[in-house]
Amino acid sequence: MASFDAELDASGLNCPLPILKAKKALAGIDSGQVLHIIATDPGAIKDFEAFAKQTGNDLLESKEEGGKFYFLLKKS
Amino acid sequence: MSDEKKLAIIATKGSLDWAYPPFILASTAAALGYETQIFFTFYGLQLLKKDLDLKVTSVGNPAMPMPMPVPVLMQTLPGMQGMMTSMMKKKMKSKGVASVDELRELCMEAEVKMIACQMTVDLFDMPTNEFIDGIEYGGAATFFEFAGESDICLYI
Repeated sequence: MASFDAELDASGLNCPLPILKAKKALAGIDSGQVLHIIATDPGAIKDFEAFAKQTGNDLLESKEEGGKFYFLLKKS
Repeated sequence: MSDEKKLAIIATKGSLDWAYPPFILASTAAALGYETQIFFTFYGLQLLKKDLDLKVTSVGNPAMPMPMPVPVLMQTLPGMQGMMTSMMKKKMKSKGVASVDELRELCMEAEVKMIACQMTVDLFDMPTNEFIDGIEYGGAATFFEFAGESDICLYI
Protein backbone atom coordinates (compact mmCIF):
# COMPACT_ATOMS: atom_id res chain seq x y z
CA MET A 1 0.00 0.00 0.00
CA ALA A 2 1.08 3.52 -0.70
CA SER A 3 2.25 5.57 2.25
CA PHE A 4 0.04 8.02 4.05
CA ASP A 5 0.38 10.79 6.62
CA ALA A 6 -2.78 10.34 8.67
CA GLU A 7 -5.36 7.66 9.19
CA LEU A 8 -9.08 7.72 9.88
CA ASP A 9 -10.93 4.61 10.94
CA ALA A 10 -14.60 5.20 10.14
CA SER A 11 -15.53 1.54 10.53
CA GLY A 12 -19.08 1.00 11.74
CA LEU A 13 -20.13 4.54 10.88
CA ASN A 14 -22.90 5.24 8.44
CA CYS A 15 -23.62 8.06 6.00
CA PRO A 16 -22.72 10.92 6.27
CA LEU A 17 -20.27 10.36 9.15
CA PRO A 18 -17.33 8.91 7.15
CA ILE A 19 -17.38 11.96 4.88
CA LEU A 20 -17.78 14.44 7.73
CA LYS A 21 -14.97 12.84 9.71
CA ALA A 22 -12.76 12.73 6.63
CA LYS A 23 -13.39 16.43 6.07
CA LYS A 24 -12.28 17.10 9.65
CA ALA A 25 -9.23 14.87 9.32
CA LEU A 26 -8.23 16.67 6.11
CA ALA A 27 -8.33 19.95 7.98
CA GLY A 28 -5.63 18.57 10.26
CA ILE A 29 -3.11 17.73 7.54
CA ASP A 30 -1.16 19.83 5.10
CA SER A 31 -1.71 20.27 1.40
CA GLY A 32 -0.14 17.37 -0.50
CA GLN A 33 -0.38 15.01 2.45
CA VAL A 34 -2.38 11.81 2.21
CA LEU A 35 -5.21 10.61 4.43
CA HIS A 36 -5.93 6.91 4.69
CA ILE A 37 -9.57 6.12 5.41
CA ILE A 38 -11.07 2.82 6.49
CA ALA A 39 -14.84 2.43 6.23
CA THR A 40 -17.48 -0.27 6.31
CA ASP A 41 -20.36 1.75 4.81
CA PRO A 42 -20.86 0.40 1.25
CA GLY A 43 -22.11 3.85 0.24
CA ALA A 44 -18.66 5.22 1.00
CA ILE A 45 -17.24 4.11 -2.37
CA LYS A 46 -19.41 6.43 -4.37
CA ASP A 47 -19.47 9.07 -1.67
CA PHE A 48 -15.69 9.42 -1.50
CA GLU A 49 -15.51 9.64 -5.29
CA ALA A 50 -18.11 12.40 -5.20
CA PHE A 51 -16.45 14.11 -2.25
CA ALA A 52 -13.06 14.13 -4.00
CA LYS A 53 -14.57 15.44 -7.22
CA GLN A 54 -16.42 18.27 -5.53
CA THR A 55 -13.71 19.33 -3.11
CA GLY A 56 -10.79 19.06 -5.52
CA ASN A 57 -8.93 16.59 -3.33
CA ASP A 58 -7.37 13.67 -5.16
CA LEU A 59 -8.71 10.17 -4.54
CA LEU A 60 -5.54 8.17 -5.14
CA GLU A 61 -6.97 4.81 -4.27
CA SER A 62 -10.31 3.19 -3.52
CA LYS A 63 -10.52 -0.51 -2.82
CA GLU A 64 -12.49 -3.20 -1.05
CA GLU A 65 -10.84 -5.94 0.93
CA GLY A 66 -12.51 -8.41 3.24
CA GLY A 67 -15.73 -6.42 3.56
CA LYS A 68 -13.95 -3.17 4.36
CA PHE A 69 -13.31 -0.18 2.16
CA TYR A 70 -10.00 1.65 1.97
CA PHE A 71 -9.37 5.06 0.51
CA LEU A 72 -6.34 7.23 -0.02
CA LEU A 73 -7.20 10.88 -0.26
CA LYS A 74 -4.56 13.46 -1.10
CA LYS A 75 -5.30 16.94 0.20
CA SER A 76 -5.26 19.57 -2.53
CA MET B 1 -20.14 38.05 -3.22
CA SER B 2 -18.40 34.70 -2.88
CA ASP B 3 -18.45 32.08 -5.60
CA GLU B 4 -19.16 29.44 -2.98
CA LYS B 5 -22.18 27.30 -3.76
CA LYS B 6 -25.15 27.84 -1.50
CA LEU B 7 -27.74 25.46 -0.04
CA ALA B 8 -30.91 26.71 1.59
CA ILE B 9 -33.15 24.32 3.54
CA ILE B 10 -36.54 24.86 5.13
CA ALA B 11 -37.04 22.35 7.97
CA THR B 12 -40.70 22.00 8.87
CA LYS B 13 -40.90 18.66 10.65
CA GLY B 14 -40.10 17.79 14.24
CA SER B 15 -40.13 14.01 14.46
CA LEU B 16 -37.06 11.86 15.02
CA ASP B 17 -37.05 10.41 11.51
CA TRP B 18 -37.59 13.74 9.78
CA ALA B 19 -34.88 15.40 11.85
CA TYR B 20 -32.31 13.56 9.79
CA PRO B 21 -32.67 14.89 6.23
CA PRO B 22 -32.00 18.56 7.03
CA PHE B 23 -29.02 17.86 9.29
CA ILE B 24 -27.51 15.15 7.05
CA LEU B 25 -27.78 17.31 3.96
CA ALA B 26 -26.62 20.49 5.65
CA SER B 27 -23.58 18.90 7.29
CA THR B 28 -22.58 17.11 4.09
CA ALA B 29 -23.07 20.22 1.99
CA ALA B 30 -20.89 22.16 4.41
CA ALA B 31 -18.22 19.46 4.11
CA LEU B 32 -18.39 19.85 0.33
CA GLY B 33 -17.83 23.56 0.64
CA TYR B 34 -21.38 24.86 0.40
CA GLU B 35 -22.43 27.85 2.40
CA THR B 36 -25.52 26.46 4.11
CA GLN B 37 -28.53 27.85 5.91
CA ILE B 38 -31.47 26.07 7.52
CA PHE B 39 -34.66 27.93 8.26
CA PHE B 40 -36.65 26.14 10.98
CA THR B 41 -40.35 26.76 10.96
CA PHE B 42 -43.38 25.26 12.68
CA TYR B 43 -42.57 21.78 14.04
CA GLY B 44 -39.06 22.06 12.68
CA LEU B 45 -38.29 24.33 15.63
CA GLN B 46 -38.21 21.25 17.87
CA LEU B 47 -34.89 20.46 16.18
CA LEU B 48 -33.34 23.55 17.74
CA LYS B 49 -34.09 22.66 21.36
CA LYS B 50 -31.12 22.08 23.65
CA ASP B 51 -32.85 19.06 25.04
CA LEU B 52 -33.95 17.08 22.02
CA ASP B 53 -36.89 14.86 22.82
CA LEU B 54 -37.84 13.69 19.35
CA LYS B 55 -40.21 10.84 18.76
CA VAL B 56 -41.17 8.64 15.89
CA THR B 57 -44.58 7.12 15.25
CA SER B 58 -45.89 4.58 12.80
CA VAL B 59 -49.38 6.06 13.03
CA GLY B 60 -50.23 7.70 9.73
CA ASN B 61 -47.02 6.30 8.26
CA PRO B 62 -47.85 2.97 6.63
CA ALA B 63 -44.42 2.89 4.94
CA MET B 64 -42.48 2.60 8.19
CA PRO B 65 -40.73 -0.78 8.29
CA MET B 66 -41.89 -2.76 11.32
CA PRO B 67 -40.19 -5.79 12.84
CA MET B 68 -43.63 -7.45 12.84
CA PRO B 69 -47.02 -6.41 11.52
CA VAL B 70 -48.98 -4.43 14.13
CA PRO B 71 -52.64 -3.54 13.48
CA VAL B 72 -53.17 0.21 13.16
CA LEU B 73 -55.45 0.41 16.20
CA MET B 74 -52.78 -1.28 18.32
CA GLN B 75 -50.25 1.30 17.14
CA THR B 76 -52.29 4.03 18.79
CA LEU B 77 -52.16 2.46 22.25
CA PRO B 78 -50.40 4.35 25.06
CA GLY B 79 -46.72 3.54 25.21
CA MET B 80 -46.47 2.48 21.57
CA GLN B 81 -44.87 5.74 20.44
CA GLY B 82 -42.27 5.52 23.19
CA MET B 83 -41.54 1.94 22.26
CA MET B 84 -41.20 2.73 18.55
CA THR B 85 -38.91 5.64 19.37
CA SER B 86 -36.63 3.56 21.55
CA MET B 87 -36.54 0.77 18.97
CA MET B 88 -35.67 3.24 16.22
CA LYS B 89 -32.91 4.82 18.30
CA LYS B 90 -31.44 1.41 19.11
CA LYS B 91 -31.53 0.41 15.47
CA MET B 92 -29.84 3.62 14.39
CA LYS B 93 -27.12 3.16 16.96
CA SER B 94 -26.50 -0.44 15.95
CA LYS B 95 -26.16 0.63 12.31
CA GLY B 96 -23.71 3.42 13.06
CA VAL B 97 -26.16 6.18 12.17
CA ALA B 98 -25.29 9.40 13.97
CA SER B 99 -27.62 10.79 16.61
CA VAL B 100 -29.51 13.97 15.78
CA ASP B 101 -27.50 15.80 18.46
CA GLU B 102 -24.26 14.70 16.86
CA LEU B 103 -25.31 15.76 13.36
CA ARG B 104 -26.55 19.10 14.64
CA GLU B 105 -23.28 19.64 16.46
CA LEU B 106 -21.38 18.86 13.25
CA CYS B 107 -23.54 21.39 11.43
CA MET B 108 -22.76 24.04 14.05
CA GLU B 109 -19.04 23.28 13.82
CA ALA B 110 -19.23 23.59 10.05
CA GLU B 111 -20.85 27.00 10.45
CA VAL B 112 -24.22 26.04 9.04
CA LYS B 113 -26.40 29.04 9.80
CA MET B 114 -29.59 28.16 11.63
CA ILE B 115 -32.52 30.50 11.64
CA ALA B 116 -35.57 30.07 13.84
CA CYS B 117 -38.87 31.33 12.47
CA GLN B 118 -39.82 34.22 14.75
CA MET B 119 -43.51 33.88 13.94
CA THR B 120 -43.58 30.22 15.07
CA VAL B 121 -41.70 31.07 18.26
CA ASP B 122 -44.36 33.68 19.03
CA LEU B 123 -47.24 31.48 17.90
CA PHE B 124 -46.41 28.61 20.22
CA ASP B 125 -44.92 30.82 22.97
CA MET B 126 -41.68 28.87 22.77
CA PRO B 127 -39.16 29.94 25.43
CA THR B 128 -36.02 30.98 23.57
CA ASN B 129 -33.80 29.86 26.45
CA GLU B 130 -34.72 26.29 25.50
CA PHE B 131 -33.02 26.71 22.13
CA ILE B 132 -29.36 26.05 21.46
CA ASP B 133 -26.96 29.00 21.34
CA GLY B 134 -25.74 30.41 18.08
CA ILE B 135 -29.03 30.54 16.22
CA GLU B 136 -30.68 33.58 14.71
CA TYR B 137 -34.30 34.62 14.53
CA GLY B 138 -35.97 35.83 11.39
CA GLY B 139 -38.93 35.74 9.07
CA ALA B 140 -39.72 34.78 5.52
CA ALA B 141 -37.93 37.78 4.06
CA THR B 142 -34.78 36.82 5.98
CA PHE B 143 -34.96 33.38 4.44
CA PHE B 144 -35.32 34.73 0.91
CA GLU B 145 -32.31 36.97 1.30
CA PHE B 146 -30.16 33.84 1.30
CA ALA B 147 -32.46 31.43 -0.59
CA GLY B 148 -32.75 33.82 -3.51
CA GLU B 149 -29.05 33.42 -4.14
CA SER B 150 -28.88 29.72 -3.41
CA ASP B 151 -27.96 27.03 -5.91
CA ILE B 152 -30.12 24.44 -4.16
CA CYS B 153 -33.23 25.11 -2.12
CA LEU B 154 -35.01 22.30 -0.29
CA TYR B 155 -38.28 22.17 1.59
CA ILE B 156 -38.24 19.34 4.11
